[in-house]
Amino acid sequence: MSQAVRQKFNVEEIRKDFPILSRKVNGKPLVYFDNGATSQKPDVVADAISLYYKHENSNIHRGVHTLSQEATTAYEQVREKMQQYLSAEHKEEIIFTKGTTDGINLIASSFGKHHLKEGDEVIISAMEHHSNIVPWQMICEEKGATLKVIPINDQGEIDLEAYKGLLSSRTKMVSIVHISNTLGTINPVKEMTALAQEKGAVVLIDGAQSVPHKPINVQEIGAEFYVFSMHKLFGPTGVGVLYGKKEWLDALPPYQGGGDMIKTVTFERTTYNELPHKFEAGTPNIAGGIATGAALDYLNQLDWEGIQLHEQSLLDYGTEKLKQIEGLRIIGEAAQKASVISFVVDGIHAYDLGVIMDKMGVAVRTGHHCTQPLMNRFGILGTARASFAFYNTKEEIDQFMEALHRAIKMLK
Amino acid sequence: MSSIKERQEEVVEEFSMFEDWMDKYEYLISLGKELPLIEESKKVEENIIKGCQSRVWLDAQLQDGKIYFTADSDAIITKGIIALMIRVLSESSPKDIAETDLHFVDEIGLKEHLSPTRSNGLVSMIKKMKTYGIAFQAKA
Ligand SMILES: Cc1ncc(COP(=O)(O)O)c(C=O)c1O
Repeated sequence: MSQAVRQKFNVEEIRKDFPILSRKVNGKPLVYFDNGATSQKPDVVADAISLYYKHENSNIHRGVHTLSQEATTAYEQVREKMQQYLSAEHKEEIIFTKGTTDGINLIASSFGKHHLKEGDEVIISAMEHHSNIVPWQMICEEKGATLKVIPINDQGEIDLEAYKGLLSSRTKMVSIVHISNTLGTINPVKEMTALAQEKGAVVLIDGAQSVPHKPINVQEIGAEFYVFSMHKLFGPTGVGVLYGKKEWLDALPPYQGGGDMIKTVTFERTTYNELPHKFEAGTPNIAGGIATGAALDYLNQLDWEGIQLHEQSLLDYGTEKLKQIEGLRIIGEAAQKASVISFVVDGIHAYDLGVIMDKMGVAVRTGHHCTQPLMNRFGILGTARASFAFYNTKEEIDQFMEALHRAIKMLK
Repeated sequence: MSSIKERQEEVVEEFSMFEDWMDKYEYLISLGKELPLIEESKKVEENIIKGCQSRVWLDAQLQDGKIYFTADSDAIITKGIIALMIRVLSESSPKDIAETDLHFVDEIGLKEHLSPTRSNGLVSMIKKMKTYGIAFQAKA
């Protein structure tokens, strides 16, 4: 059902699809630069949720009546759309979750249960989000396995030589972020996956921040698992995707027990349903699933080449402007970088910057961005972060810069 | 010495002069800069109130039946608000502090700083100030 690709990327046209972008905040036009936390939603996504509840609402996978069948068909079609969007081989390789965090916990738990034992090692990197640290710490502690951390350099890039040195026959899992939410670094996940697999390890990629910047081809990357959240991909909250290679998902034990995930239940024994239902216990977020379909239709008709050029120009423009400010330091200067800029200003707390900029309509994130170990690595407590989406403009960067200058003047 | 109630009214009146947010925040920032710092020796782990965004240190001493607060924060706006809290609450009896209703923050339009998403340590600081009030009542 995907529409034809629009002629050419045009940011003014695109902005019309996102009604929230034309609202005011504190009397000023909103400049929304907190896309790393969550993206805004196009009209079609909001409409799909409303339409679903008004005309289609019914539980799925369990009713013979028409509404239930329609809802089931619609929900399962979204799985197929997702399979195509991610270039996955099979549709049952798409597991719907609550989000990135849920997907990582699922794999840490189900993989860990059967495949981790004392002396085994799990490798993550120094730039992971807490949601790709804590679940591994928990399962490693339970199983007596060890968590190893790949160091990064001062630009915020993974030290590949150190990574190679960490890999060994003890490595059972490598779980790394594709694009850092704090630094914007794009990690060479394809290469890192191949290196891990040579050692017989399994790879999970946290794609929370990569999917909003370009469509992902999971087969090309080659990792066993790839997870992300729809709310950062212009879709609804409460829906995530866990892609997993079929042979791996088949082999793993279920994560949660309940309805939908079973084949037969007696008090003595339960047999589990097949994929993908084995990992989807209970009534899912059906409205969110339907809205996910609407988001995919929307994404499918975008000019992604045009988007990438546009985002690169935002990143270049913003970086150049910020560098002109005395006493400002950009945290994260990787050669391969997405449109995310974290920075600190000498003698000024990021919280204060965020408060003053908000007064001028500018939404940025401040704090540690759920990456405290990374903050420690750079010897800072937090940063202010501007993260751009394709609907942002250079004019917004100008308004952001004006707000920043004003804030610095007030706070110095 | 004025009561907590009078001091709250004073602050509200002071803030009513500001015409826009800039003036208000510039004043807050100047208050933050003036706030007498807590003694370094008091900036210890047990006096720290960790917010996700900024950190606050708070110390309380009981003297002649009154509580004297000193505090600090790493964020200047948080510090400005702390200065107001101290001005309103410090040098009062433990009972008055424990029982007070702090309405001035709302009235001067800074309520947003006490919202949980700000996570700047202020809400916990107010709670802790009141807890000191309760704890010192026994001693006073
Ligand atoms: C890199 C990264 N991983 C994981 C997450 C967690 O995503 P969610 O909160 O949607 O589960 C985020 C979101 O902030 C993120 O940026």
